[in-house]
Amino acid sequence: MSIAEAGTRADAKRIVAKRAETEALVSGSEAVAHAIRLADVDVITAYPIRPYDTVMQFVSKLIADGEFDCDFIVAESEHSQFEVVKHASAVGARVFAGSSGVGWFYAFEAITVTAGLRLPMVAMVGNRALDDPGAFGTEHNDALAVRDLGWLMCWVDTAQEALDTTLIAYRVAEDPRVFLPCAISCDGAFLTHSQAIVKLPSQAMVDSFLPRYDRGDKRLHPDNPVTIAPQVNEDWLMELRRQNDLAARRARGVLIEAYADFNDKFGRGGEPFIERYMMDDAEVALVGMGTLALPVRVAVRKMRAEGKKVGFVRVRWFRPFPTPEIQEALAGVRAVGVIDRDYAFGSPLNGGVLVNEIRAALYPAQSRPKVVSFIAGLGGREISADNVQEMTKTLLDAARGVGVQDRDSHWFGVRE
Amino acid sequence: MATGSVEVIYRGVFQKTLAKNICREIVFAARKRGKVGIAFARYSDSPERNGIPAKQFAVVADTDDEMEDYLARYEPGNNDATIVCDDTLCKGIESWGWSGVQPIHNLLKANGTLLVTSTRSPNSLIRDIHRKGTPYALAIVKGPASFSGMWVYRDDHTDARLLGALAKVAPNVLTLDSLIASLNASKKNDAKVASAQRAYDALASTPVDANQGSEAVPIKFELPPISRMEECLVVRGEAVRQEMPGWQGGYRPGRNPVFKKFATRTMRPVIDFETCTKCSFCWLQCPDSVFDVTPDGYFDADMEACCGCGICKEVCPVEQCIAMVGEEAFTDNRSQWEAWSKDKRGYAEWLAEVRRAEITRSHGLHHVGQYAEEIAAEETRK
Repeated sequence: MSIAEAGTRADAKRIVAKRAETEALVSGSEAVAHAIRLADVDVITAYPIRPYDTVMQFVSKLIADGEFDCDFIVAESEHSQFEVVKHASAVGARVFAGSSGVGWFYAFEAITVTAGLRLPMVAMVGNRALDDPGAFGTEHNDALAVRDLGWLMCWVDTAQEALDTTLIAYRVAEDPRVFLPCAISCDGAFLTHSQAIVKLPSQAMVDSFLPRYDRGDKRLHPDNPVTIAPQVNEDWLMELRRQNDLAARRARGVLIEAYADFNDKFGRGGEPFIERYMMDDAEVALVGMGTLALPVRVAVRKMRAEGKKVGFVRVRWFRPFPTPEIQEALAGVRAVGVIDRDYAFGSPLNGGVLVNEIRAALYPAQSRPKVVSFIAGLGGREISADNVQEMTKTLLDAARGVGVQDRDSHWFGVRE
Repeated sequence: MATGSVEVIYRGVFQKTLAKNICREIVFAARKRGKVGIAFARYSDSPERNGIPAKQFAVVADTDDEMEDYLARYEPGNNDATIVCDDTLCKGIESWGWSGVQPIHNLLKANGTLLVTSTRSPNSLIRDIHRKGTPYALAIVKGPASFSGMWVYRDDHTDARLLGALAKVAPNVLTLDSLIASLNASKKNDAKVASAQRAYDALASTPVDANQGSEAVPIKFELPPISRMEECLVVRGEAVRQEMPGWQGGYRPGRNPVFKKFATRTMRPVIDFETCTKCSFCWLQCPDSVFDVTPDGYFDADMEACCGCGICKEVCPVEQCIAMVGEEAFTDNRSQWEAWSKDKRGYAEWLAEVRRAEITRSHGLHHVGQYAEEIAAEETRK
């Protein structure tokens, strides 16, 4: 072997080492914090509210341990927290913030203008029941409140998915074709407070996937005199709204690209919009978001063992809503049972938020399955595998045309 | 198919890092022998409040699917071992407001092991622990409760000792070999490995019968059906100015009858009514309105409401009127003023006796530098 060849081999080994992943035992929140470190975020603002605060505790630990450097600002309220990163994003900084429950609501003015200004903030929502009553368990209504504003929105199921999705979120949000903020929802307790072994990619791997944030000539800077967010009225607004609409539509293609590249570079990531579990020959399907996937998968395995053709579709991205994927996955089944960990009081058929979106997506389909709505697990109440089997019984009855006919929602597990 | 799990019960904030370290090491050790593991905190009160009973769990399984099956529930029942990081928790814990006081071994499987850090004897602990109804083993890792703060960790090897002891009583969850391999890999600290080994070798268990233990009935709150829950989020309180049984007059503030929180307490105020000047500072400053005004104008701390923060002692202008005494000195929540009114000499004797267990730990008032001062004071004592 020549010296030149030996050198090449050594280089190749080094490159392999640089691309190797390490393992860490971390919670879902801590996995997001690691992604923040790997994305080399410039400005982070914090204000405490459980359960999302666990991400900021770990970010501050990474900074204190000298593993990460950024401007870490503890604001005096969520409103300021989101305002600060909104402005930082406008001057070209990669930013991160987050909140939970009513904390997220306190920042609402900043949250809505961030989407209006097309600023690619990435935020973690540690899903938490809205006050009152003071409850800390998971419920999806906090994040869902921004569903019509232009935010990209996703729900993750595991700590690994939380880390991976955060990296994908930056890539998609900061893509100039999109320039929209993104909210990553992590179920309080079940994800934010559970530790699992997570693969931490190397910096080289992340750098090859995630380019720097470049706001180009839209960057707010003294050398680039621009006005952002002037007062406009009806003569401008309709076009601006339509621009947001087009950006939200383009996000779909950018997401597909990002997942393809992520799968290629990291060897994981899966299908962009939905997870299909045992759907191949499913006659009935359950649908849900977030960590309720765990008991549902367990229940589906049990029911499959009993010969019941049950499958599960987990909605990963809620905005942009995966209309084609939902139609393709669900139009062929006889009945769909949507488990909402949220509520929408007074909504069509008194359903939750998710079921009405699913129902709307299926309406144009050639063969429409029956849609059965379950409201369950509010405030972090347990949804057990047995509960899921009970719901599936109702669903199978609906598929056969017995039992449920009125399509109104079923509140599951209420003490009567 | 094999899964195993351990529950770690600890005092919120003060022992959070300790509990986390124990659960993480169990997961690391499981991986050393090719198993999968997961660790999680019961999401009761995070970020935890000072001293609140809190829980973390470690679950070990052979495969990922087995782990998923096991985790498809809120908190693991039937734990192989329950680790108790502070012996005052043995009286029962109430980490969820509406669940009542639960026995410390509520989630321990029959014939499992309750592993407690304590300097007390097995019999003294059994006195405080509710009857379980099934036999179990009580094992004590000798030592005082290891308390630190939110951002500091007193690395006094309590974690290694508890893990070493756990390896002896629950080898399906943690083996000594895998623990040593894991400690060597993560801590690179021979002294820690030695601590684990010594605890393993020295551990002795006491069998506890189904009917042994405290006869106290755990407080159970009924979870009402929707038809009987009041609308508009209203929970009826006790009436203000309620006449207390046996009291002629006096004043008791309105309290929420269902949210008791005395399981947070590791120490309680003991009042010397002979020296009390009735200044009312304790009554005014108590953050939980714990003090009842007695018919003769004294202030009596209601032990169903007190969480033992020690603020009353801090604001009391009289030297030695209020002392904070460790919970192990008490077996009930009886009124001190009633005892004093009935038998002043007997009360004085009791007071002198319990005050030997006076402690200086503070749950409510913390100042910058307190931890350093406590360490320095400890050094001086030695």
